[in-house]
Amino acid sequence: MAAVLVLVEHAEGTVKKVTLELLTAARRLGDPVAVVVGTPGSAAPLVDKLGEYGATTVVTAESDDVATHLVTPAVAVLASLVASEAPAAVLLASSGEGKEIAARLSIRTRSGILTDAVGLEADGTATQSIFGGAVTVRSRVRTGTPIVTLRPNSVTPEAAPTQATTRSVDVTLDDAGRAATVLERVVEKKGSRPALADASIVVSGGRGLGSGDNFTLVEGLADSLGGAVGASRAATDAGWYPHQNQVGQTGVTVSPQLYVAVGISGAIQHRAGMQTSKTIIAVNKDPEAPIFELADFGVVGDLFQVVPQLTEEVGKRRS
Amino acid sequence: MNIVVLVKQVPDTWAERKLSESDSTLDRESVDAVMNEIDEYAVEEALRLKEAHGGEVTVLTMGPEKATETIRKALSMGADKALHVSDPALHGSCAVQTAETLAAALRTVPHDLVVLGSESTDARLSVMAAMLSEALGLPQLSGARKVEVDGSTVTIERQTDTGFDRVQGSTPAVVSVVEKINEPRYPSFKGIMAAKKKPVTTMTVADLGLDPGTVGLANATSEVVEQTPRPPRQAGQIVKDEGDGGAKIAEFLAAQKLL
Repeated sequence: MAAVLVLVEHAEGTVKKVTLELLTAARRLGDPVAVVVGTPGSAAPLVDKLGEYGATTVVTAESDDVATHLVTPAVAVLASLVASEAPAAVLLASSGEGKEIAARLSIRTRSGILTDAVGLEADGTATQSIFGGAVTVRSRVRTGTPIVTLRPNSVTPEAAPTQATTRSVDVTLDDAGRAATVLERVVEKKGSRPALADASIVVSGGRGLGSGDNFTLVEGLADSLGGAVGASRAATDAGWYPHQNQVGQTGVTVSPQLYVAVGISGAIQHRAGMQTSKTIIAVNKDPEAPIFELADFGVVGDLFQVVPQLTEEVGKRRS
Repeated sequence: MNIVVLVKQVPDTWAERKLSESDSTLDRESVDAVMNEIDEYAVEEALRLKEAHGGEVTVLTMGPEKATETIRKALSMGADKALHVSDPALHGSCAVQTAETLAAALRTVPHDLVVLGSESTDARLSVMAAMLSEALGLPQLSGARKVEVDGSTVTIERQTDTGFDRVQGSTPAVVSVVEKINEPRYPSFKGIMAAKKKPVTTMTVADLGLDPGTVGLANATSEVVEQTPRPPRQAGQIVKDEGDGGAKIAEFLAAQKLL
């Protein structure tokens, strides 16, 4: 069976959930080979988890260069594995960095690339949701090695325990790969909340909140649900919430199990970023708000009444 | 400092967008076309860098004849001249082919910086900065919310989930920008009049020395095999708050096993 390369996303010794989703999808296409690119010592704690989800081989590529160069170390490792393993496909997470790695790899190997897939079939055909969810397409790669990035939460991770064999490869960067250097990584807001892009629950606030201070309502609900916080463009443009939390066409695209829209009307610009969420809840005082067309459950009412009550109810039921 | 800024004409986000029924490429005919929104921020940043460091701003686009409108908009904002890659043979090109074509065009224009938006609103791949950096062997300074140029050193703040990375490279470099970077100017009347006289050079696949057997739909590296309009979403349950709206949502979530 042909190998399927899966680029592992990891942080602080833990495999990210999206990688378990990728391994589950990879098993339909072939023999999952997990590729860990990281600083020295970062791969060992990940191997058991990768084996548990079906990686028969774990390729580790460790180098200090990974800390100082974005994207290019993973591109170099994957390109060399594409040449040596002739894989059936390369799967990556549809994160910002995942897409950039996929992009460079597609140019280097002259291969077709499919991004933001929400489904993947055994023959490599991918399902994508385009134009803000208005059209669903099935696409396939015709040239080179199929390179597919999968949107987080698109596949339910299923364990398939196997004893993974580990081998290490070098990270070899050419001059172009060293052309951009990371001087420092600055954390402005270190929260305990999950990252927006791959959270399984997202609570977002919009214009209806009326001020930045009122985002504490959204944060309170998000924390009671264990979710991430998002914001509409109206809210980020008004300076009520940081730009990196913007959900929508010019912000982050999310596809969580549960999306709660608080005081968001649901303009196309916003819908484009959350339309493929599994369950959508909306709270808005305007019964005509387009968000209700998407909602599985909606409450027409004053968010300042509804949201605190919901937060309290969630707290009761969770305790 | 010579800057090339990439722009793309896209269907208006607010319109109903579709793929053509005959070949599943973007339907550019049935909807209004506008400059891709983030590209306005890219043009603005290019103009600000020119204002601070001197030089010239060249607009580069690949697209059908109609894309001239988007070129004129960038020129009316203040760019100096434009290069329009236009050839029916390019119809239906995939991202890889587009990057190869734009890279070929960039090789014909002297540049210290290539500036572009982080993503287009039609295809939404967010891959072009990475692809062009790879194709041209230039530093990839992507996702910038701030750009600083000091001589030949370019430093950006690359937005991340939790803050930013400071990333540095030497010119020539590829810089992509996010919406947070600036507030784009509106073209002035004077700018609109001046734009009509600014030079626009058109180049074809042959002019760029590209092999016609590598471009366009027939040679694309990926293909759409099927397109379906979204099935109408099952109508949800919408209730008016009677003082128990929050509790009702909690009940719904519990019934869906989401609590």
